[in-house]
Amino acid sequence: MDLPHHGYRATKPRARAAPTTGDPVLFEDTSSAAPGPSSQGYYASGYNMEGSPNDTQGGPGMNNLFTDPMASAAMMYGSSLANRGQEIVNKEIGRFMSVNKLKYFFAVDTRYVLKKLMILMFPYTHQDWDVRYHRDTPLTPRQDVNAPDLYIPTMAFITYILLAGMALGIQKRFSPEVLGLCASTALVWVIIEVLIMLLSLYLLTVHSDLSTFDLIAYSGYKYVGIIFTMVCGLLFGSDGYFVALAWSSFAIMFFIVRSLKMKILTSVSSDSMGMGSSAKPQIRIYITVATAVFQPIIIYWLTSHLVR
Amino acid sequence: MALTLYSLIQSIILCTNAIAVLHEERFLCKFGWGADQGVGGFGDDLGVKAQILNLIRSVRTVMRVPLILVNSACIVLLLLFG
Repeated sequence: MDLPHHGYRATKPRARAAPTTGDPVLFEDTSSAAPGPSSQGYYASGYNMEGSPNDTQGGPGMNNLFTDPMASAAMMYGSSLANRGQEIVNKEIGRFMSVNKLKYFFAVDTRYVLKKLMILMFPYTHQDWDVRYHRDTPLTPRQDVNAPDLYIPTMAFITYILLAGMALGIQKRFSPEVLGLCASTALVWVIIEVLIMLLSLYLLTVHSDLSTFDLIAYSGYKYVGIIFTMVCGLLFGSDGYFVALAWSSFAIMFFIVRSLKMKILTSVSSDSMGMGSSAKPQIRIYITVATAVFQPIIIYWLTSHLVR
Repeated sequence: MALTLYSLIQSIILCTNAIAVLHEERFLCKFGWGADQGVGGFGDDLGVKAQILNLIRSVRTVMRVPLILVNSACIVLLLLFG
């Protein structure tokens, strides 16, 4: 009777004690808790509950194995194979992009999302645009509302695709291929914009701490404006569309200029021996303004054919 | 304008090919864009022209072999599937 509990209790402290060693993360990293021992223990305890009524001949020591030793050996082998496969996948993905850095961008909570959406739609009253740091690492989005995140852009992108399908369906122009085409067009524009930003930041020797994921995040924030514009266009017709387009264009331009101003214009070059910033401040202003002006063009381009 | 991922990949391959075929001695030196004519300053305050030249040289060095493979694959696929 207490053997299944024994198996279950032995695995639970192990599962709790596994994660976040040597990693100064500021968020709970519960996903890296080792799934192997806990799943093994869970399966073993599950089978124990079925195995012990059958196994009446064996003594108390035999109850930890199955009645069929081949099945238990196969199950151990299978679970170790699955663990090795997972390690290999994690290692290969970790070679291309840092999974921890990606987890930073998805550490959001409801309060952050609500405040960020408010700021995206009405950025004129937000006072403090600095990204706060904690011992050289930027704070997670849960603790700092100015930090960029990837949750809102991803969700807004998917919502945009669904809204595009709905808009096309209302106008009786829907087919599954058009939906895929719309999705890939939007994705390609995001990629193009991020590539142009990276190229211009590199060529004009602007040393900022904007990583690729930051640029993807800032480039994806305009999808919130796109969704708002499309909803107004669908509800209120052409006039509502243009009013919402103007509103979200100004809002996203203001947001981008204020956010990137902190990151680009005040970045310090590494060998500033009295030479000031490595790129003239004019060029940085040009980059910021060009990025901001690019956003309404894309908003118009991506929505006008949907809301005739 | 329907931009698909396939057209993006095509345009990236074409642009990379275009950068890779710029020959230094025969072509770039005539414009004063050779490898030895851009790097004048120290540190990383080099200016746009030096950054572009560095970019061209590094793309040519790094992407030479992968471009051979990718172009061969493209040729085979286009022959097979039109």
